[in-house]
Amino acid sequence: MDKILIKNGHIFSPSNRIDDKLDILIVEDRIEKIGENILDNEAKVIDASGLTIFPGFIDLHTHLREPGFEYKEDINSGSRAAAAGGFTTVLAMPNTNPPIDTPETVEYILKRSDEVGLAKILPIGAITKERAGEELADLRLMAELGAVAFSDDGDWVANSSVMRRALEYVPDFPIVSHAEDKTLSLKGVMNESPLSYKLGIKGIPSEAEEIAIARDVLLAKLTNGRLHIAHVSSRGSVEIIAQAKSKNLRVTAEVTPHHLLFTEEELKTYDPIFKVNPPLRTEEDRKALIQALKDGIIDCIATDHAPHASFEKEFDLNQAPFGILELEVAFSSLYTHLVLKNELDIRTLIMAMSYMPAKIFGFDRIGEIREGYLADLSIWNLNEKWTVRNLKSKSRNTPFWGKELQGKIKYTIIGGKLIDVDEL
Amino acid sequence: MTIYLREFKIFPSMGNFRGFKDLLGLRFVDKDFISEILNQAEVFLEVINRPNRKLPTLRGKTVVHMFFEPSTRTLSSFDLAAKRLSADTISVGTRGTSIAKGESLLDTLKNIDAMKVDLYIVRHSASGLPHLLARNTDATVINAGDGTNEHPTQALLDMMTLSQLFGSLDNINILIVGDILHSRVARSNIFGLSKFGAKIFLAGPPTLVPEEYRLLGAEIVRNIDDVLSEVNVIMALRIQKERLEEPYFPSIREYRKFFGITKERLEKLSPETVLMHPGPVNWGIELDYEARDRVRNVILRQVTNGVAVRMAILYLFLVGAQQNG
Repeated sequence: MDKILIKNGHIFSPSNRIDDKLDILIVEDRIEKIGENILDNEAKVIDASGLTIFPGFIDLHTHLREPGFEYKEDINSGSRAAAAGGFTTVLAMPNTNPPIDTPETVEYILKRSDEVGLAKILPIGAITKERAGEELADLRLMAELGAVAFSDDGDWVANSSVMRRALEYVPDFPIVSHAEDKTLSLKGVMNESPLSYKLGIKGIPSEAEEIAIARDVLLAKLTNGRLHIAHVSSRGSVEIIAQAKSKNLRVTAEVTPHHLLFTEEELKTYDPIFKVNPPLRTEEDRKALIQALKDGIIDCIATDHAPHASFEKEFDLNQAPFGILELEVAFSSLYTHLVLKNELDIRTLIMAMSYMPAKIFGFDRIGEIREGYLADLSIWNLNEKWTVRNLKSKSRNTPFWGKELQGKIKYTIIGGKLIDVDEL
Repeated sequence: MTIYLREFKIFPSMGNFRGFKDLLGLRFVDKDFISEILNQAEVFLEVINRPNRKLPTLRGKTVVHMFFEPSTRTLSSFDLAAKRLSADTISVGTRGTSIAKGESLLDTLKNIDAMKVDLYIVRHSASGLPHLLARNTDATVINAGDGTNEHPTQALLDMMTLSQLFGSLDNINILIVGDILHSRVARSNIFGLSKFGAKIFLAGPPTLVPEEYRLLGAEIVRNIDDVLSEVNVIMALRIQKERLEEPYFPSIREYRKFFGITKERLEKLSPETVLMHPGPVNWGIELDYEARDRVRNVILRQVTNGVAVRMAILYLFLVGAQQNG
């Protein structure tokens, strides 16, 4: 039997109130025991003195680009990036080429994930065939083979009847909405605001998102379906979601690290590195997002990890694609710029990256450090600083490239498999 | 929170002319900056009226035209300005440059940098592209029009022309009418003229005249007839309904009725009122044909001034720096 004994680490698992220096004994793929001074002669011992142990992070929203865009990222590099960021489970969005809209493509993602054998990659199937927004994809066949949710991410299901039927047809699976009325956002590239007019850049009003969320919430009410709002970016969106929750609709929501960290002000440099969709909004929006996360109106943090090759981002604002790299910097950047600056408490941050995503998507035995749960852990030195470079991802489209962050990962344990991140 | 902005200055200021390496827009510069360019341009205007128009000033300097959008007038004006000062010029960049080709714009820039050049003149359909290039080269970048952002050299030649016509820029009351939202010429003029205390009225369909422009120091008027007698300059902008991607206004017919400088409106104008248009004019839409002679006289002056202004810019950014130490 494979055993790992992690000694002297500080365990922080806020959902079940562990905040202590304790040992963890892992047997095979699960946590056998948590306690003081555990001894086991057969176990491989890891000295975690001075280190902090969090539950493995769960990312409900990544773009791993395989199949079709392997020059940006693939399941191998994406899994390595996930592990290097402390993520043990990541959900892969289906806007690949071909899209993940059939049971065969779902199977392909799972098979590739197994071959790589690092973070667990769980496929999100497309809601509609070819992500065209017209006909439902084979949702139950995909679910049977392992799709855990459905989304046409990148596009909103603009046809209300199609969205309604999707919510009705698979009532127990999250329908993840990329809420964007594209007839309003058009070719905008940043938040529409006095600043966008000052800079002479075409804007995307936050109403393009809010209109879409409002419709989706109303459809969730009509169908009692399970709706999850991706990458919430504005204060107005938070208000609509709060209202939905107050009516006990089955609605959850996520926010990205970049919307918590940055504002539209960054676009003053006209640098496409900050071109993301939905766009970075105002400081007022950013503050509302942080508050909503603390209040539980936004349930969790999901990265929207969106790798793009350098040559694509070293372009003009109109042609450069939307998206920012996240997996490897998500925790450290949030820790450095929010937790250490007292804008967000570590408890909310860890809950939002582990327990909450597992809870809202119904994943069993992950998301906290508990006896009997899967041994999915990330082990950090929260005092160590590191410079963002030599990432495992194939792309480097993060504004933190070359910058220093605090909080360095040491080990990721995925289903009992120990990964020394320095040797990854 | 602005994590990233703190890391570097938005406008690279390594030097050359009044602390600026580049001329990216009139939004960033002050009145003295503009005055110095206009004064220098008057000097060069004398030079180009001489029989021998060529100066050796920029011998050994290389100027790169990087035009990613079609342009005849601006490109030839810059090219002539460079040649009059004896700079070598090359032209790179085409309309077809796109991500699909796999080479990034920064790759292209680095390649040309490696050939040792001194100054780029950049036109692009995306706002801010000259800024991105400027941050990635030690050479000077001159914005020759970027997206819907700025066209500083055009505004400078407009300002030079107005300064000649009125003796100074102190008492300009200007109405800019038309598609303000998409006009980089209008924007640069607003940024530039407002620094001289000009009174700036904007008019056009409300969809094309953003309220936010009040923050830039302009006043928005809904009815142009209210201000026609008040202004001494009218700048009509080109309307290209077929190129607009949203239903900003219903028809040319409606546009002309409310915002066109029609024959009837022309008849009421004081003969002193200067009519400008960045061109090319859609006669019968923005301006009725009866305005042709009035506009053409100004346009020809603008074209000549354009060469002088661009000579001044090339000179000040490439040579002025060394002389100023």
